[in-house]
Amino acid sequence: MQRRQVLGALGLLSAAPCLAQEQDPFATLGWPELRREFLAGDEVRFDTRVNVEGPAFAEDPMNVPVGISAEALGEDVQQIRVIVDRNPIRRVLDFYPGAGVRPSLGLRFKLEQASPVRAAVRLRDGSWRVGGALVDSAGGGCTVPGQTRRDGSWTQHLGEISARLFARDGGARLRLRVMHPMDTGLAGSIPAFHLKRLALRDGTGRELMRMDCGEPLSENPVFSFDLIGQPPGPLRIEADDNNGNRFEGAVAS
Amino acid sequence: MSASIADLKLRHQFMLALLLVMLCAVPVLVFAGEALDYRLKARAVAPGVWVVEGARADFAPANGCNIINTGFVATGAGVTVVNTGPSYRYGQQLRALIERTTPEPIVRVVNLNQHPDYFLGNQAFADVPRAATPATHAAIARDGQAFEDNLYRLCGDWMSGTHTLPPDTDAVTGSETVGRRRLEWMELAGHTDSDLVLTVDGQVLFAGGLVFSQRTPTTPHARLDAWRDSLDRLGALPPMVLVPSHGSVGETGAMAQTARYLTWLDTRLQAAAEQGLDIPEILRLPVPEEFSRQAAFTTEYPRNIVHLYPRYEQAALRH
Repeated sequence: MQRRQVLGALGLLSAAPCLAQEQDPFATLGWPELRREFLAGDEVRFDTRVNVEGPAFAEDPMNVPVGISAEALGEDVQQIRVIVDRNPIRRVLDFYPGAGVRPSLGLRFKLEQASPVRAAVRLRDGSWRVGGALVDSAGGGCTVPGQTRRDGSWTQHLGEISARLFARDGGARLRLRVMHPMDTGLAGSIPAFHLKRLALRDGTGRELMRMDCGEPLSENPVFSFDLIGQPPGPLRIEADDNNGNRFEGAVAS
Repeated sequence: MSASIADLKLRHQFMLALLLVMLCAVPVLVFAGEALDYRLKARAVAPGVWVVEGARADFAPANGCNIINTGFVATGAGVTVVNTGPSYRYGQQLRALIERTTPEPIVRVVNLNQHPDYFLGNQAFADVPRAATPATHAAIARDGQAFEDNLYRLCGDWMSGTHTLPPDTDAVTGSETVGRRRLEWMELAGHTDSDLVLTVDGQVLFAGGLVFSQRTPTTPHARLDAWRDSLDRLGALPPMVLVPSHGSVGETGAMAQTARYLTWLDTRLQAAAEQGLDIPEILRLPVPEEFSRQAAFTTEYPRNIVHLYPRYEQAALRH
């Protein structure tokens, strides 16, 4: 092949929509290790269909709002794992959407320093599709105690759950908040104390979705989920933490 | 062991190189010194009342974090300085400017609220009383270090030598006669927990952080209800030359403009909470051009939402 033809072919390749690639778009030094630790042994592709929306700058490093959607990947999504390259504790959560819940979520997390925030989406075939957003920060989100830890008020509201459904076309938006200090264990003399599991069940007891929560989730974390259709009510939320506390809450509609 | 001749030669060359580097560094240092000049100018807004205008932008190295309008009033019985700017360097340059502008001695500094560019120039006024309200004293004691760290991070060299020198006396509230001036001090709230406002002879109104002119308001310590009440009170005053802390000076519509933005923000956040929106979704909603064209909108608006939305969404979730 002539050189010109090769160049032409390359040009065509780059002009075609490049949805999935192996090259880390953020090119961080830590990515190979991150991949070994959290996405071990499986095919991994960076994919623009995994949408991560975060602020350019973390105004409050203890409450960084992100929106994640893997809807463009279709119905194959089994799990969404959120990891933050430069956090001292890098796994934020694992979300298992289940059949009645869309593969998207909103959450707030603690950011220790400027870093990519990644959503790794596991498909039915076991492969991972990864998207991300870069968030700048003045730093310090994971290593200082939260507000309710500082003033001691966390004991008064531990485990209280507020949840509400909001009407949406073809389903409903669920927003919920769980009162928990979510101590990372990295703030002086305060051991790790955080939510572990959170599940949503319909009126028949069927699990609609669940999450494995990590320390970097914000204090009194707030989440957004989207339900498909109208599952039989009343919806219930169950949660537990690493000290063995169990919490339950109803969903107002 | 004695050094070989080759070693000595190398060492000699190294010293020469070092000398050359040092010689080159001297003009660089001089140049850097010149570059860190805020080029402050005093603009008279009434006889004996001057304003020193900052950039209508966000904190940035290009403006040395100087985005504030400071001011000073010659009373006939000494100068009252209104706010001291974002750094020790600014404070020094402000003081030099005042001394070039009026022969009266500086007798008092007032920090109108707790935000860093209102007080980080205080070091240049260490020899005069520095007044603030009790709530502002408390907030500076609590947050001063964090503010300082943040401005060092944002503006680097401009900040060198700056540390928090807190106000050391309580501000007067109400009327006072100083020299030939009648000064009226009002303690309002909403932009912060304590927003001090000064009127000079019923002619000039230093509105502090309560009014933003052609510039998106900042909200890290804001309570919108109290802020709008404060704007109503300012709006009821007779017309004066309006000096907001941020944005253009002398714009009569600025109070109404700030009030319109706060009302719009309140309505938007209320509606978003009732629809169950999360923050990234709110940030995607269209914004009326009147607001999106304000200075610093692209950085300040997302900050507004992050500061204020949690209160709205928590109220909606408790519904």
